[in-house]
Amino acid sequence: MTFSETYKDEIAEILSRYPVKRSALIPLLYVAQRDQGYVTESAMKDIAQILKLTPPQVYETITFYTMFNLKPVGKYHLQVCKSLMCALVGSDTVIEWIKTKLGIAPGESTADGLFSLSVVECLAACGTGPMMQVNEDYYEQLTEEKLDRILSDLRSTGTSPLKSGPFMWPEPASAEQGV
Amino acid sequence: MPKHELILLKNMMRPGYTGSLADYEKTGGYQALRMSLGKIVPTDVTAMVRKSGLRGRGGAGFPTGVKWGFLPKDYQGPRYLCCNADESEPGTFKDRQLMERDPHQVLEGIVLACYAIGAETGYIYIRGEMVLASKILERAIDEARAAGYIGKNILGTGVNADVWVHRGAGAYICGEETALLESLEGKRGLPRIKPPFPATHGLYNKPTVVNNVETLANLPHIINRGPEWFAAIGSPPKSTGTRVFCVSGHVKRPGNYEVPMGMTVRELVYEYAGGMRSDKPLKAIIPGGASAPFLTPAHLDVKLDFEHVAAAGSMLGSGGVTVMEEGTSMVWAALRLMEFFYHESCGKCSPCREGSSWLVQTLRRILAKRGRMEDLETLLDLCKNIAGRTVCAFGDAEVAPIQSTLKHWRQEYVELINEAEAANLIRPEPVRH
Repeated sequence: MTFSETYKDEIAEILSRYPVKRSALIPLLYVAQRDQGYVTESAMKDIAQILKLTPPQVYETITFYTMFNLKPVGKYHLQVCKSLMCALVGSDTVIEWIKTKLGIAPGESTADGLFSLSVVECLAACGTGPMMQVNEDYYEQLTEEKLDRILSDLRSTGTSPLKSGPFMWPEPASAEQGV
Repeated sequence: MPKHELILLKNMMRPGYTGSLADYEKTGGYQALRMSLGKIVPTDVTAMVRKSGLRGRGGAGFPTGVKWGFLPKDYQGPRYLCCNADESEPGTFKDRQLMERDPHQVLEGIVLACYAIGAETGYIYIRGEMVLASKILERAIDEARAAGYIGKNILGTGVNADVWVHRGAGAYICGEETALLESLEGKRGLPRIKPPFPATHGLYNKPTVVNNVETLANLPHIINRGPEWFAAIGSPPKSTGTRVFCVSGHVKRPGNYEVPMGMTVRELVYEYAGGMRSDKPLKAIIPGGASAPFLTPAHLDVKLDFEHVAAAGSMLGSGGVTVMEEGTSMVWAALRLMEFFYHESCGKCSPCREGSSWLVQTLRRILAKRGRMEDLETLLDLCKNIAGRTVCAFGDAEVAPIQSTLKHWRQEYVELINEAEAANLIRPEPVRH
């Protein structure tokens, strides 16, 4: 079954949000990536057809954005922020720790296909650095102990209770601001 | 600890506040919408916002009501409101909190803005990485739609305004308003040449307003309590209201602090953020996100408002205040920021695309103690040939870390180069043919 047949209803709902079809390009690429873990060539062609675009138009757009994968990545994609604000509070140590623990460098995946490591720029969590994003979740205020626990949780259950919930920092108890 | 009234963070400071529609309504949520739709004409809503002095909280600080006033009055076709939730400026993390903890406050602001400008569709362009925030917003939109605050015939007034979340996909430049529109149209996020401005030629070439999350979140409060109330807060007449400052770096209590504009850097850093993490002296401050030039301890008493920060040689920008302690290498700090800008340059303009690469390479060489004294002039020369020569303000932003660190801490660059010379590590002169 093709991409457009599998997600017929979802595609129709996405298209209904926009008066111009092409606007649905990024949302449809997300659907394709969710399906396979990366955007396949056949999905790109399918999306081009849905949106009345040429495949190169889809390709030129997809290559501009960093969140789309054009090849498979590990089941858990660890993306560690290296920008100045996280670096000031220890992101380089976090990256080194992950490299040592998993035996992979940024841009590589573990042999079992479980983890991929990327070093990325600012993820808007500067007050709670060092931080990383794993698939759709943020993990903040990382320490070596927390990293060990997160990696172990991901291996065993696929998620970790250490992920960040709705963001509030500092927490009201420590904020001491007048209300 | 000085006490003052919170506006935007007030609800979320209440114990047990979940950000649900029921919680938001209990705190007076959506009253501004009830007071406005069909009761105050849209032009009067715009007039109130103009009178409040509200300026954009995304970076540029343009007066919001004035921006709305640029939309053509006699245009009969569709208009659009885009909420800029593409928070990507290093040092800034306030919009994420506003969206995740009190999404209805943002949504009420969006619907009010739609009403004021006559838009029946609003898009929240949220940075792709913020998956949780986008899910929370989508859930809140569903709640608001079911309660009649969003959609067709809102509260039976005949006003229509639908709101959709649109996730970006990891490109800092999409926070620039015209690049955001290009991206929302399904293209590469390349900035457009202005004019024409989005007010007349925006999304799908239609009249469009792009406003930041924090800007929009202020609207319900301005309507509820009146523009005069808002205009009296902060540093009137040009910097009114509060600002959610994001404090990061070497402080004891990093986080988002909402304070009236005009508070000094010293108060924010030492009283709110708890002072320096290791009790080392403060060395450097970035007052408004990565695009803002660095300030020094001599600027601790600068007031955090648009005018005073500009007079000190920097800018209030997105409100991201990053603090660095003594011992931090300023060449390294400049390099880290330059690596960000090099990575995120969209590539449309040669000075930015090529220049950012040269700046990074030169800084890396100096830091690796392989620099030459003439590199310092080369850096400044490159900066001069990037700033002001690009389609968008990205070029101006990327030279800020270098120009300001060279201005305040030139000696650090010189020492690294002197060490290189002493160790005879200077690269040989290139062969010239």
